[in-house]
This record gives sequence, structure tokens and C-alpha cells, in this order.
Amino acid sequence: MNNDRIDQIIDKHQGEASSLIQVLLEIQSENHWLPKDALRRVGEKLQVPLSRIQHIATFYKAFSLVPKGRHEVHVCMGTACHVRGAERVLDKVQDLTGIKPGETDLDLKFSLETVNCLGCCALGPVMEIDGKTHGKLSRAETEDVLKSYD
Amino acid sequence: MNEILLQIDGKEVRAREGMTVLEAAQSAGISIPTLCYHEKLVPFGGCRLCIVEAEGHGWIRLVVSCVYTVEENLAVRTRSEKVDRIRKTLLELLLAHAPNSPQLQDLAQEYGADKDRFEKEASFCIHCGLCVRYCAEVKKLNAVGFVDRGIKKEISFIPEIASKECHNCMECFPLCPTSWLQAAFVFTEALAFSGPSSGTPSNE
Repeated sequence: MNNDRIDQIIDKHQGEASSLIQVLLEIQSENHWLPKDALRRVGEKLQVPLSRIQHIATFYKAFSLVPKGRHEVHVCMGTACHVRGAERVLDKVQDLTGIKPGETDLDLKFSLETVNCLGCCALGPVMEIDGKTHGKLSRAETEDVLKSYD
Repeated sequence: MNEILLQIDGKEVRAREGMTVLEAAQSAGISIPTLCYHEKLVPFGGCRLCIVEAEGHGWIRLVVSCVYTVEENLAVRTRSEKVDRIRKTLLELLLAHAPNSPQLQDLAQEYGADKDRFEKEASFCIHCGLCVRYCAEVKKLNAVGFVDRGIKKEISFIPEIASKECHNCMECFPLCPTSWLQAAFVFTEALAFSGPSSGTPSNE
């Protein structure tokens, strides 16, 4: 992500220090993670010390300070999904991507996380990719879904 | 400024409006134990050790004196069975993190806190925030900050700033109740920038 794009995002928020979290969220959603240079740039433009930005960026789970893949895979491990075989879905995803929860693959294609409930228990077992919900997954369907992303 | 009259441990105390109970007590020579309080810094209310019993408006409750502002006719008790019990437990919890801190040990002795009551969890930092706040508010350097949250929260030096500023300052070092700050600094120094002679940041 280049500095021009970061400046654009900051200007959209009138360069207000109080918009720090909004600015970080936009960078996060476009870039999938917050590189140190980006944080430094934001700090200079918004006049917020880096220590404070670091505090905020590490406080919220929505932010990542390490590179994330193009697609964020969330496998639900909540009670309903668990009894309907979330473990099988997770195993399949781990097999296919070669990564464990919290990790990102080398091609920066997928990042895998487990979550505790996505709020649609009737669809269990559920996997969410980039905000799109895939429900009632079997092993085969899990594979088809993952393969449909590039 | 309006003057406010309140009672602390049965003693009439005059305080300025907007003063905290802790400041009023200190001005009257009544001591309340603190860990995260510093006269030059904005009150933080982090350690909760300065908790006192306050009575007024028909209620009695426990308030944190470093962030509670004085009120007319408030009756404050800085020691009571309940207050002492809370301080003792707070100290025991803090001692699980930093069992060898002299400041904590002195307080533990006074309140009869057992440093072995809780399983040791050697994080050393007790999150008083003195270093972080002193660097930000007094020195305006922001060389050290908090990262993460909850039980994983810790202090972290920003190497680019620390390598330039810390060797000429180190004013936060004596503030730390546990000496963890010094350790964190040496650790950052060893990892991210070279010793005092060079003074230039390496290619971190």
C-alpha cells in the first residue's frame, strides 16, 4: 500500500486524530494488514505518537500487524457447529491450505482463524470467507468452496 | 476557587474544588498508599490501592481516591476493615506478578499480604503505567507504550525513539515499582539498537 493511498484515506477523515481507528480500519480492510511504514505515516499525518497507534493496533483483534492472506477464512467452532462437525471442516481446511488457525500461507492466499459463533447456528457447520457465509458443509463441499477462491 | 470542607479519618480538611480525595488527604498530612499515582501526571486509577470508604448523600461506598473529586461534607475513611482487606488482596495479586518488588513488599508487610497466596505469574510489570504516562505527559517523547490487552498487556519501547532519547533521560527508571522497566529497556536495546556510544539506530 503506497503513501498516496494512505494520505487519501487520511484526508477523507479531515486528518483528525480522533478518526485514528477509522483510518486504521480502512487501511486494514484494503491492505489486510497494517505495515509499520503505514502506521508511521498515519502517526505523522494525524499527529499521534507511534506508541499510541501501536497500543490501539494491538488492542483490537480487527487489526493485524503481520501480513494476512487475500481471503480470510473463519471456521466456526461454536457449540452448534461443533456438534454438527466443525472439527471435520477445520481439518479439511487445514489439509487443503497447509496452515493452522492464526496462520497465513506462503502465497498470501488464505488466512485461517477459528471463531466461536457466527450467529447462524441453524446453518452449522459454518465457514465464513471474506464475510460470505458457507453453511451445512460436508468435507467435499468444504473442498469445493475453498477451490472456488483464487 | 470554592473551598470545600470534608472529613478524612475524622479530621476536618479544607480542599479546593476539583481536587481529588487523595490530594486533599495528602495536603492534610494523611497518607494513603498508592502505586500508580504521580503528582505530575493525570490520575490513572490503575492500581486501585488508594481505595477508601466514602460516606455522603446517604450512602457509603468504596471509591478510588486518586480519581474521586472532593465533595462538600464527604466523610472519608482511609483505613477500615473492608478497605484493608481489599488492599491486602490487591497486593497479593500484584505480588504474584512481581514478588520481589521492595515497594510491594513494604506494603505487603503493612497489610499482612501473603506473597505466596496466588500462583506466581512472573510478568514483573504491574501495569501501573508510570513509565508510559511519564514519557508521554512530562517528557512528551512517547518512547515507551503499552501493547496488547488484558493479561497479555505489556510495555514496549519504540526502538527508533528509544535509541535517540532514552540514554539522555532515563527519568522513568526510578518510577518503576518492580524494575521491569529497566529490564525491558535493556532487552529492547540488545535486540533493536546498539549501546550508548553509537547513539544511532541500527537498521531495525
